[in-house]
Amino acid sequence: MEDEIKNPGLTDEETKLFETLMPEDLNEISAFGVQRRHFLKLLALTGGGMFLFQMMDRHQIFAHPPNEAALNGMKAVSIENGVNVAFKINGARRSLEVDSRMTLLDALRERLELTGSKKGCDHGQCGACTVLVDGRRVLSCLTLAATCEGKSVTTIEGLAKRGELHPVQAAFIKHDGFQCGYCTPGQICSAVALMAEATNGEVSYVTADVRTKGGSVQLSDDEIRERMSGNICRCGAYPNIIAAIREVHSGKEVAQTWQFTGENNEQTFSTGE
Amino acid sequence: MTVIGKPVDRVDGRLKVTGVATYAAEFNQPNMAYAFPVRSTIAKGTVTAFDTAAAEKSAGVIAVLTHKNASRIKALNPGEQMKAGIIFLGEDLVPLQDNKVHYFGQFIALVVAETYEQARHATVLLKITYASEKHAIDLKSELQKGFKPTKLFGEEAQINPGKTADLIAASPHKIEHTYTTSTENHHPMEPHAAIAVWEGTDKLTLYDATQGVGVTRAIAAYFLNLKPENVRVISPYVGGGFGCKGAWFHIVLAAMAGQVTKRPIKLVITRQMMQTNVGRRGATIQKIALGTDHNGKLTAIRHHNETYTNLAQFFEPSGLQTAVLYEAPLREITYQVARLNIGTPTFMRAPGEAPGTFALESAMDEMAFEMKIDPLEFRVLNHAAADPIKKHPFSCDNLLECYSTGAEKFGWSNRRMQPRQTRNGKYLVGYGMATATYPAGRSSASARVQMTVKGEIKVMTAAADIGTGTYTVLAQTAADVLGVSVDRITVKIGDSSLPPAPIAGGSQTTASVHPAVLAACEMLREDLMKLAVADAKSKLNGRKAEEIAFANAKFFVKGDASMSDSYEGIMRRNGKVMMEACTTVTPASGVGLGTPVAPCMPVPTAPEENSDAKKYSFHSFGAQFAEVWVDEDFGTIRVRRMTSVQDVGRIMNEKTARSQIIGGVIFGLGAALMEATEYDHRWANPVTRSLADYHVPVNLDVPEIDVHFIGKPDPHISPIGARGIGEIGITGVSAAIANAVFNATGKRIRSLPLTMDKLL
Amino acid sequence: MRPFKFSPTNDINSAAQMLMANTNAKFLAGGTNILDLMKEDVERPDELVDITRLKFTQIKPISEGTNKGGISIGGLSKNSDTANDPEIRQNFPLLTQAILAGASAQIRNMATNGGNLNQRTRCSYFYDTAMPCNKREPGTGCGAREGINRMHAVFGWSEDCVAVNPSDMCVALVALDAVVKVQGADGKERSIPFADYHRLPGDTPQKDNNLAQGELITAIEIPKNNFSGKSYYLKVRDRASYAFALVSVAAALEMDGNQIKGARIAMGGVAHKPWRAMEAEKFLTGKSANEANFKQAAENEMQNAKPLEHNKFKVELGRRAIVRALTQAMNGGTNQ
Repeated sequence: MEDEIKNPGLTDEETKLFETLMPEDLNEISAFGVQRRHFLKLLALTGGGMFLFQMMDRHQIFAHPPNEAALNGMKAVSIENGVNVAFKINGARRSLEVDSRMTLLDALRERLELTGSKKGCDHGQCGACTVLVDGRRVLSCLTLAATCEGKSVTTIEGLAKRGELHPVQAAFIKHDGFQCGYCTPGQICSAVALMAEATNGEVSYVTADVRTKGGSVQLSDDEIRERMSGNICRCGAYPNIIAAIREVHSGKEVAQTWQFTGENNEQTFSTGE
Repeated sequence: MTVIGKPVDRVDGRLKVTGVATYAAEFNQPNMAYAFPVRSTIAKGTVTAFDTAAAEKSAGVIAVLTHKNASRIKALNPGEQMKAGIIFLGEDLVPLQDNKVHYFGQFIALVVAETYEQARHATVLLKITYASEKHAIDLKSELQKGFKPTKLFGEEAQINPGKTADLIAASPHKIEHTYTTSTENHHPMEPHAAIAVWEGTDKLTLYDATQGVGVTRAIAAYFLNLKPENVRVISPYVGGGFGCKGAWFHIVLAAMAGQVTKRPIKLVITRQMMQTNVGRRGATIQKIALGTDHNGKLTAIRHHNETYTNLAQFFEPSGLQTAVLYEAPLREITYQVARLNIGTPTFMRAPGEAPGTFALESAMDEMAFEMKIDPLEFRVLNHAAADPIKKHPFSCDNLLECYSTGAEKFGWSNRRMQPRQTRNGKYLVGYGMATATYPAGRSSASARVQMTVKGEIKVMTAAADIGTGTYTVLAQTAADVLGVSVDRITVKIGDSSLPPAPIAGGSQTTASVHPAVLAACEMLREDLMKLAVADAKSKLNGRKAEEIAFANAKFFVKGDASMSDSYEGIMRRNGKVMMEACTTVTPASGVGLGTPVAPCMPVPTAPEENSDAKKYSFHSFGAQFAEVWVDEDFGTIRVRRMTSVQDVGRIMNEKTARSQIIGGVIFGLGAALMEATEYDHRWANPVTRSLADYHVPVNLDVPEIDVHFIGKPDPHISPIGARGIGEIGITGVSAAIANAVFNATGKRIRSLPLTMDKLL
Repeated sequence: MRPFKFSPTNDINSAAQMLMANTNAKFLAGGTNILDLMKEDVERPDELVDITRLKFTQIKPISEGTNKGGISIGGLSKNSDTANDPEIRQNFPLLTQAILAGASAQIRNMATNGGNLNQRTRCSYFYDTAMPCNKREPGTGCGAREGINRMHAVFGWSEDCVAVNPSDMCVALVALDAVVKVQGADGKERSIPFADYHRLPGDTPQKDNNLAQGELITAIEIPKNNFSGKSYYLKVRDRASYAFALVSVAAALEMDGNQIKGARIAMGGVAHKPWRAMEAEKFLTGKSANEANFKQAAENEMQNAKPLEHNKFKVELGRRAIVRALTQAMNGGTNQ
């Protein structure tokens, strides 16, 4: 973990980021845990900053006792069959001791404050926990943390680079590819991997002829649908998810299609002008 | 210039796509322990013994709670509960208070441990002995022992019982059929989760996944015997609800575990528990009889509804739409309800209308076919000009336009009256349609708005955004009323310490909360304007209000933009760092599902004159069209496209509104094609235990969905005329699909879901 | 999940020995099924031997022996790598289609070939520890026999168990006469013909297959065949994707003119093991490929089916699925 301790305080850039991303008053931070957590996560979005942050003396900034249990892991006494595991998360090296039973998903959510990956079913039936391990999409709920030694894990928090959204993230916002947002991190991680798979020429169950020789493939909507079928969205954002992925995958703008039946929805709402 | 109505991107979008939006289970606390509930493995009887020794000795275990050692909390008392603001409780079963078991999977114990793994593991070490009793599980046979409810949402439940028999018998054309729908489960992607944090013994903070922080706070405060002001419920993001979040006892269980262990407690239920413990839509058996005259005009409608409940008053009100749709001289709507030992039924997206429109709209299709009338024409012919029961006019009814627009956009004229006329390779192709309807609710709501001298605006109300777009729509509202851009607005919702708002249920959030935010923002703007007008240094000094316009965070004189004064300038000169307004807006009508616990502190605005339920009936309407391809060899159905035309008043945000409708349509598609919770009658356990066997639609099941809005503001519901939109999208969908399947195959399937074996 | 010792290893011999030393130990490969079952308290190992770092991940042509000209796929190769291997796509497209019909992209990225063979039934009574199940707890009875058995077997079931094997991949493998290569604790290799790998339930439904304690699947060999132009994997399920089969059919034909020189047909979702439709195959051999013959073949196979209370539809569905799969195979095995 030594490589994470570089700077004990907020850099100017991080302070600025704080102001930009957190237009809330600093004085709310100690009273309302969410802000502090958001800040930690937002820092994580800029690329490993969170780990730096975890090592800092948070007293100075948050007038708040550090959450050692949550941030640095449980006391060893409560871990059974402890396994030491070191792996990269979103580019940052991390090592921790886990209960052999702990899934990667629970390690992310309960130990590493990376709660972007969601627990929807815990049994590989929904896809909300999808992360990328060594570049491939997998289910973190069915991956033991102990098996991740030496691997590189990318979660939703690691897709944006220095505050700039991954094109899939931006397309999901543009096309409203989510409602409640709970399946969204998994959908987006899955979609990012899907595009790499298409570039690799991988086939699916709905591919017309699997014997076709490799090379990058342009996916039809049904191809995207089949390849995204491991990510359930109960709000029913599927058509919008397809639009978002199609746009990034094809590089061509996809129309947005809400419509009115006539000259309706005219605004009678005066602004005083 | 206005942003209301525009397809503004969700203001919480960035937080959601980066994984930063924080859901209930993600507010980890220092020194937090984990609780895991234990479920009964019988459906009825008593727990005669708990052997907790092995569990208690298991590593990391801090406590094992059962009815024997759990603290006694307040007992059920419907009158007191209502006074305490519990407008709704998921089920009448206070946990861990006695040894009785009422359904398979009931929470009967709770293990608390240092880690999730340890808590979960220790639950399997509990040895539980039961005395089983014979459970009630078979709906058909239990109905005879059931009851006839007298009230449904405060109104007469049984309408004209027995009165239509003669009219229907005498009608020249008549049909009578039985339609059934299955038990369905909500399955929002986020399981119910609570983190309970005690401060001393009388102050409690709950991070909960809830559709209404107000009702959740009321439940926690009442049953734990706390002052409501000492309970705070925080729920900024909710991973879907669909009716199952806000009124269940996991919050109380978490708090009870916290009392015993003196630790913050996280309790997240499993997907399997979501099949048993947090509500469902009860199965229905619906008998519909229709009579018509020679011209196809309905003479009478009879709709008899049979369903079940368990530990609640609630039952699936599948006759609701039959009280609203279609002109007929007489209609009869009746209910018979059984009590089964199944986890308690509750509100689930369009309770009543979702399964009810399947029956009514299938029957309408059958009648039209019988009479050789186009089913759309048949509906137009029988369109109700006014509320058929209350006899009031509808507040705003454009259903006929929904039909005509839908027919045009969908290409309804290409439909063949006779089934089995259209083929595409191995597929039989069919078209179907159905009417959609859902009541428009509105409750009172409060909002506070603050503006800093820097121009940052905060809108605060204890509403919820369960994916519905509340954050965004309220930001748009404030931006418009204050004349600033959306990015200046921060919306704070999902916290019971904020001014009260109704639950996100009954499609009422927009209709209720928008007027409150609108009013608060107007108050704030007027206060600012008064400062300017009274300020000798202002270019607006001495001007009359009607001379002044506003935009871009400035006031200016109409027709002379150079005569302006910025909000910032006004506030600085008057020494204001922040200004605030707060108000409660109560509709005069009492339309809607209940009122908030306590009004916001300042003066309530006058009731709105024109939102009067005595004069109008408030409903939204729509038309659903489906094209299905049926693989005749296998009976598998693929919905190829759908058109949904909705008359839901003004659209607040084109983008999120469309998402609400497609989401509803997909929910309906799931109910139509695959969703069913099945019970083994020997144990009354759901054999569909998880998302592996309770199928919900996946991406490949869902086609393009073409959504159109009428968009005409409802002049009577609220100043802006927007009705709710969260539920109507599901209604009519399963009938449109089933009708299309009939058109494709000639097979009329009267039971949902339309699994392939029924068509083989 | 019960506490367990986590024992990673890089060496097959020590892996096997760990399982011999501790009969409550299990191998952990992709984990997609065993972790699911451990969370449900159905599987209760007290040690997991992590074999994911063993090197049985190659997919390579077989250059000698009885299966020369065929292909060998590693027991620890991922399902997705196997499905997308160029050689397999080209010459064994039936396997590609079958693998891709199963689960989701994420699960196929995790699941190994050996794990796919060893995955357990998804019978709800097996998963629910509150229910009787002879497979989970011998002697407790079969909950599904008289219960909700819509998803269950129509062939080869016993009074003790009516569960079905959930795999799609295995349906293709049994059709292609694959051979399972296993290595035991003694370091010796043995080969098990695919049709003999899985078992019918009989009175020992707790045993899904004929793997001995400590034995590990090192590879699966598929002999060379001439089916690549005329094969198809068909899966019928309750939703369009990400669901287990009601019935699936792997069909492969080798033609001599218009005459069927060889037919391979196997079914999924119908039995405790991937079901080789021998009656259908026997009928078709030497016949011409037409609908009438396909129907008769299907009839010959399905007439032996013994449906349960809730799955009678599987008999007719099975007939039609065989005919469709054969037709698609004759048409080149594409999704057109």
